[in-house]
Parts: sequence; structure tokens; C-alpha cells
Amino acid sequence: MEILYKKSRMLTDTPLSYCPGCTHGIVHKLLAETLEEIGAEGNVIGIAPVGCSVFAYKFFNCDMQQVAHGRAPACATGIKRCNPDKIVFAYQGDGDIASIGIAEIIHAAARGENITVIFINNAIYGMTGGQMAPTTLVGQKTTTTPYGRVVGINGNPIRLCEMIATLDGPCFVSRVSVSDPVNVRKAKKAIKKGFENQINKKGFSLIEVLSTCPTNWHMNPVQSLDYVKNEMTKIFPLGVFKDCQEGN
Amino acid sequence: MARIIIDPEVCKGCGICVSVCPIKILKISNIVTNKAGYFVAEVVEDKCIGCCSCAIMCPDSAISVLKQ
Ligand SMILES: Cc1ncc(C[n+]2csc(CCOP(=O)(O)OP(=O)(O)O)c2C)c(N)n1
Ligand code: SF4
Ligand code: SF4
Ligand code: SF4
Ligand SMILES: [Mg+2]
Repeated sequence: MEILYKKSRMLTDTPLSYCPGCTHGIVHKLLAETLEEIGAEGNVIGIAPVGCSVFAYKFFNCDMQQVAHGRAPACATGIKRCNPDKIVFAYQGDGDIASIGIAEIIHAAARGENITVIFINNAIYGMTGGQMAPTTLVGQKTTTTPYGRVVGINGNPIRLCEMIATLDGPCFVSRVSVSDPVNVRKAKKAIKKGFENQINKKGFSLIEVLSTCPTNWHMNPVQSLDYVKNEMTKIFPLGVFKDCQEGN
Repeated sequence: MARIIIDPEVCKGCGICVSVCPIKILKISNIVTNKAGYFVAEVVEDKCIGCCSCAIMCPDSAISVLKQ
């Protein structure tokens, strides 16, 4: 009997604290599988953010450091510089990376730090009960935009990948989605590339993953995947925005 | 011949596996709940093709896929 799929060894047996159908879980799997496939077991340090993934340190079978809100790229910088042979990743939500931590991510990218950042964009502050995030879509209802996000009052969504890609520092900047099996496979390839760049000392990689928050979107998990595919990708197009290896 | 194993205590009954199975052989039980109280996913027909779509989409890694 051949095993075609089983849970990655890089995940612990601790049940995930995420709501049913929350795609934080899918992104955890992709990270774990990738780390296992590149033979990084025992040589990884991950950074858990503030947000629903604050407990990520319980879920990954590697050394983890939980850090203050938004500070993951700064802490990852310190950890990587002190442990250049370790593979270091930061895992951050949209509130974490694009509001309170916007300075940290821009400067880590501009410095070209040799780290891999995974950015889970679910267009909302999940953990605190569904407030508007910098990535909330225009018209999207949240507890702080009960009639939908209005540009004149709440501003426009931030496209972090496109902004970061204008900098000279980063090596690889890509936006992927986990809305269906085909996109999940593509997302895994992008994450793998982010880690290979780090191993090859190419510098900073940012992989943004369009993700769901069924609970605060008030949709069921399957409707949420459709929302990513049909609505989020209109504002946040999938693709590679920078690749220092291109043409090599 | 392929088959899947769903860990009923890990499943949260989210229904994602049901929606992505190309052969439509999965459903959420309306009878069986686990200790956490979730109605769990189950296989209704023995026709699995081993595509792994359900397993790679399960956020909680409740599904293993075997080829016999
Ligand atoms: C310094 C500080 N400010 C505010 C908070 C409250 N807070 C906790 S989580 C969070 C937002 C998290 O949203 P996001 O990063 O998008 O993660 P998600 O839960 O959506 O995955 C906020 C504002 C905090 N914990 N610390
Ligand atoms: S609140 Fe949203 S982001 Fe947080 S675990 Fe639940 S579904 Fe996921
Ligand atoms: S492996 Fe494919 S065919 Fe088998 S149950 Fe899962 S999705 Fe359906
Ligand atoms: S995807 Fe996983 S958690 Fe969701 S219903 Fe299927 S087996 Fe259960
Ligand atoms: Mg969020």
C-alpha cells in the first residue's frame, strides 16, 4: 500500500485553534510540507505573529518565537543575522504586516534581509472580531465598516506586494491563493521558491497568500473560497511581482 | 484503487473536502458528531481515484490518502 498523502511531520499533533474551514490551516500545511521537502527539519526558526496565528508556535514542529504585533520581520532579522545557517520564516496576517507592522516589513525588504515572509491576507482583523484591515476590499462589511468600506472615509486597500516590489532590496515577491487545489499547488511552489532563495543567500522573499476568514466574513468555508476566487483576486491580482532569478 | 482515511476527531466538518472532490463521494454526516461536537466528513461511495484534492485542501490535515 502506497501513501499518496499524509500530514506533514513538520506539524505537531496539537489541534489547530482555527475556526472550521479557516485557510490559515492550509497555509500551515504548505509551509510544513515545503520545509520537510527541502530537508530543513531541525534547522528552522519560525516567527509567530499577533493575530489568529499567534499560537503558530504550538503547531509547527520547529523552533518558534512569538513576537509583538507587527515586529516579525525585525525579530526575524535579528534571529537570521545571529543564526545565518538557520532557515528563518515570519508568518504574518494583514493587520500585523500592513498596519501596525508596515514599517518593519518595508525596511526588512529594503535591506534585503535573507528571510522568507509568509503574509496571510484575509482582508480583516480576524482575531479581534472582524474589524477593517488595510486590505479590506472597497464595499466589504466589517464591524468597523458596517455599511461597507467607503473610499472617502476609510481609504483604499493596500497592495503590499506591488509596493514592496518597487524596492531594490527584495529578491522574490509573489501573490498566491489557496482557493482550490490547483492554486494550493501553485502556492506551495512559490513558498518553496521563497525558501530556496534564502538557502541560496539571494535575500528577501515575500509570499502573500489570499486566505479566508469564514467566521468574520459571515460566510461558510466553501462560499469563502469562492469569495477569494471571485472578489479578492480582482483587487489583489495573483502573480509574481519581482523575481531576481528571472532570466538566469 | 485508492481510498481515504478521515480522522473523525480532527475533522471540523467544514465541508471543503466535500466541495472539491471531483467524484463527489464525500458528505458531511447529519448523524455522526465527534467529541468537539462537529458533524464530520464521511465517504459515501467506494470510488476514490486518489487525486488528493480533499486532502490537500483540508485545513486540519484530517485526511490521508492511500493507494492499494
Ligand atoms: C500592540 C497591539 N495592538 C493591538 C493589538 C490587538 N490585536 C490583536 S490581533 C489584531 C489584528 C490581527 O489581524 P491580522 O494580523 O490580520 O491577523 P488575523 O487574525 O486576521 O489572522 C489586533 C489589532 C495587540 N495585540 N497588540
Ligand atoms: S477568526 Fe477568521 S482568521 Fe481567525 S481562525 Fe477564525 S476564520 Fe480563521
Ligand atoms: S482523493 Fe480525490 S477522489 Fe478520493 S475522496 Fe479525495 S477528492 Fe475524492
Ligand atoms: S476538509 Fe477536513 S475538516 Fe473540513 S470537513 Fe473535510 S475532513 Fe473535515
Ligand atoms: Mg487578517
